Amino acid sequence: MSENFLRWKAKYDAQRERKSPFFTVSSVPIDPLYGPGNAAEIDYERDLGNPGEYPYTRGVRPNMYRGRLWTMRMFAGFATAVESNERYKYLLSQGQTGLSVAFDMPTIMGYDSDHPRAYGEVGRVGVAIDSLQDMETLFQDISLDKVSTSMTINAPASIIWAMYVVAAEKQGIPAHKLTGTIQNDILKEYIAQKSWIFPPDPSMRLITDIFGFAKENVPKWNTISISGYHIREAGATALQELAFTLADGFAYVEAGIKAGLDVDDFAPRLSFFFNSHTDFFEEIAKYRAARRIWARHMKEKYGAKKEESLLMRFHTQTAGCSLTGSQPENNIVRTAYQAMAAVLGGTQSLHTNSMDEVLALPSEKAVQIALRTQQVLAYETGVVNTIDPLAGSYFVETFTNQMEEGAEEYFRKIDELGGVLGAIQENFFQQEIADAAYRYQQEIESKDRIIVGINDFVNEEKEKIDLLKIDPEVERAQVNRVKALKQSRDNIRVQATLDDLKVAAQGSDNLIPKIMDAVRAYATEGEMIAVLKEIFGEYREQAVF
Amino acid sequence: MNKTRIRVLVGKPGLDGHDRGAKVIARMLRDAGMEVIYSGLHQTPEQIVEAAIQEDVDLIGVSVLSGAHMTIFPRIKELLKEQNAEDILLMGGGTIPEEDIVSLIEAGHAEALFTPGATSTEIVSWIKSKLESIKEDVV
Amino acid sequence: MNKEVLDQWIARSFERDRRATAKLISWVEDDIERAHIMRSVLKETGRKMVVGITGPPGAGKSSLVEALTKLYRARDERVGIVAVDPSSPYTGGAILGDRIRMQAHGTDRDVFIRSMGTRGHLGGVTRSTSDVLRILEGGGYGRLLLETVGVGQSELEIMQMADTVVVVLNPGTGDGIQAIKAGIMEVADVFVVNKADLPGAERMKNDIEMMLNLNGDTRPWRPPVVLTSVITETGVESLYEKIEAHQCYMLETGQRDERRKERLRQEVWRHWEDKMRAVYETVWEEAREERVILHQDDPYQLAQMLWEERFKGG
Repeated sequence: MSENFLRWKAKYDAQRERKSPFFTVSSVPIDPLYGPGNAAEIDYERDLGNPGEYPYTRGVRPNMYRGRLWTMRMFAGFATAVESNERYKYLLSQGQTGLSVAFDMPTIMGYDSDHPRAYGEVGRVGVAIDSLQDMETLFQDISLDKVSTSMTINAPASIIWAMYVVAAEKQGIPAHKLTGTIQNDILKEYIAQKSWIFPPDPSMRLITDIFGFAKENVPKWNTISISGYHIREAGATALQELAFTLADGFAYVEAGIKAGLDVDDFAPRLSFFFNSHTDFFEEIAKYRAARRIWARHMKEKYGAKKEESLLMRFHTQTAGCSLTGSQPENNIVRTAYQAMAAVLGGTQSLHTNSMDEVLALPSEKAVQIALRTQQVLAYETGVVNTIDPLAGSYFVETFTNQMEEGAEEYFRKIDELGGVLGAIQENFFQQEIADAAYRYQQEIESKDRIIVGINDFVNEEKEKIDLLKIDPEVERAQVNRVKALKQSRDNIRVQATLDDLKVAAQGSDNLIPKIMDAVRAYATEGEMIAVLKEIFGEYREQAVF
Repeated sequence: MNKTRIRVLVGKPGLDGHDRGAKVIARMLRDAGMEVIYSGLHQTPEQIVEAAIQEDVDLIGVSVLSGAHMTIFPRIKELLKEQNAEDILLMGGGTIPEEDIVSLIEAGHAEALFTPGATSTEIVSWIKSKLESIKEDVV
Repeated sequence: MNKEVLDQWIARSFERDRRATAKLISWVEDDIERAHIMRSVLKETGRKMVVGITGPPGAGKSSLVEALTKLYRARDERVGIVAVDPSSPYTGGAILGDRIRMQAHGTDRDVFIRSMGTRGHLGGVTRSTSDVLRILEGGGYGRLLLETVGVGQSELEIMQMADTVVVVLNPGTGDGIQAIKAGIMEVADVFVVNKADLPGAERMKNDIEMMLNLNGDTRPWRPPVVLTSVITETGVESLYEKIEAHQCYMLETGQRDERRKERLRQEVWRHWEDKMRAVYETVWEEAREERVILHQDDPYQLAQMLWEERFKGG
């Protein structure tokens, strides 16, 4: 340590700290000052590179936001296909070009709206899709070659995606013209979000079947969005989010290679999805480290040759778990800081949460403020004028390195447990996340961590804001619709396609064409899932605390 | 009567799998000396009530983030009534708007509802004082 | 509580009222009118055999219990299950999560699942467990299954409550060695190598067989080793049959009654232990102030002195 530094340190130590220790939202301790001593090891060419150049620490494009802003992609979907279709058409008329579909829980879990388990949940947190009929309605009068559609669907992704492709087919649009993304990330379901259906092995098979089918038939589709978002929401630290998400990404790459695909054939279609929490510099360090780690591993470990295979493109959503139910307007401010961190971290698209999402589906007003937050960021703050403006900051570079080192350590542990699937079975991720979530809560309770409006600066009066309400009539309408369909369609054909699907599931051929046949016959999602459950079984977790 | 240990059933009714809250609560109640029976994810109200009866819990705590609270809480209460187990208390948490909290509590569909941000101290002391007051009633 | 009211609850439990059965269990666990309740219950019960299932955490015990329950239910038998998990030694609290893996029977009213915490005191757990099983029997559950985490002395004790002990292990985990260390080899009546779809299952079976050979066990019952997989649903029938065979053996050879006598001996001792502990505490309290001189008395001497005063001299 330099004499200069020690001189300052002596002065610093002579004074009292306001509190101790200082740590991030992930409980990482932070030094009072970072200087040249911290960043001495950094080699610009090797560790940073110019924007758009290996290892992409500074961004995936040479011109970043001076060329094109990030996509402001707001997640929406509710009630039935009819209502959501109207909302989409409105959004498109306002100049939005990308749609982002939220599904309701029965759809996410593979139950039809008329299943007893769906009771009370139809159309609640997203749109209810039971069959091709609903998918056709959802995109009625929306030409599917003109929009890119992102669908947040995982365990039944193969079925919902097949419905989308067939809906386009019915519009006369060939599959190779379709663009969009399906989330399709089952590993993080076992790890964090818990919306699973099948056990890991058949789930991974469905995913590689999608990779294979897309490569031949829907080449512009992003077949997976490897998601750290939900891992973070479940309570993980920033480092855990980074490490577990990348580990998942590598597991998919390995699965693709094992299924006989060339890494450069599918890696360019992999995309990522991260969280943005309130601890500003920690988030930025996380994004920068993520790009660098991905590029290094893809090149050095998996031998990817194409540049697009090395680039980590990602979507970001601000942290739902940071929002508070009390003083909900404060959430606007939290979201704004989080959005700025995502942009300074070089995100390709962004969803900003609405202030009321902790209480209900967002109201139109709240969604508008959230969107305006992005627009102020893009057009007024000036942070987009220069690329990766925080590069070279002693603190940010040190933190970026620390993130990379921490992630590598996690990769080693995961390897020791037999990879991601082994670690899931050993409850490794689940335990790490449960511990982090518990620690976070304890810090709040002991007031080591202050959350405005929760454990300090509390208002006695409860605030009231207007919330969106879902009409209970929606459920009845959707139940009737699916029941009517089951009466009116050609049930002999449905049964034949379901039987075919069952046979195929027992073998090893790509299942997507069989699923598409069943979709064309108007078999419902629930029927297809039930057939697959017979062959694949169902996953059950061993809960850890 | 001298019950030595508070028993709580923590459950996740409905289809959403966001169990962060349920698990943190389970751990906090354990650390407060209670026996927590964790029912796991994706439970129906029928499963929750049957478990509560077999386990003879003092209290059911459920976390609902799927927006289905207006059907789930009344249903659990109804089933408890059918089983002559109305003395088992029901508390809940999750994304529940203030307006719905008020109407659920007023209708007797739950004894207490907590929104995100509620502390364990708050929840634990509510449970203890509520069970204490009931015991006094019985005696 | 009023004895008359209590007797009504007991009668209701015998009439298969699940709520009443659940309440009796709680009272016995909490030591409320325990002797009274158990006097009535024990009069009516004791005929049904208990199958104990133990093994390391994550071995798949609960899933096996669920699979066995399915077989019993297919034969229209009612099943009572007790699942014991450790309580925190610091707070006495516990998270009991075994039900998660038994959800197939979650709403079946002919299956009663009860989770118990060890509540931190050795011996006491054993007594409660055995009482709880008998209450379940009284409530009309003819098949009694007891599941514990197979680590530590207290679980071994709990396993002595069972007429048939099933030890569940997993391939490729070193479970076998741990089992020997924990003294489980000696208590096992049936071995299960669960998750037999994983590699190394056959090898583990052979290892166990070899250890059984080395033990030079001369008992006429040689513990069979069953391979099971809950995922592929194999081997559970075979496990069922081995359990039946063992229970026949126990009955025919009189071993069951031998085991029960031994259990009774231990239980009576535990009651004595409680009584003697109480006596000791008073003796110690009396002696502590005036008689005990640190640095002079050694514990051997003191023990002898106090014993003689209390039981001989007095």
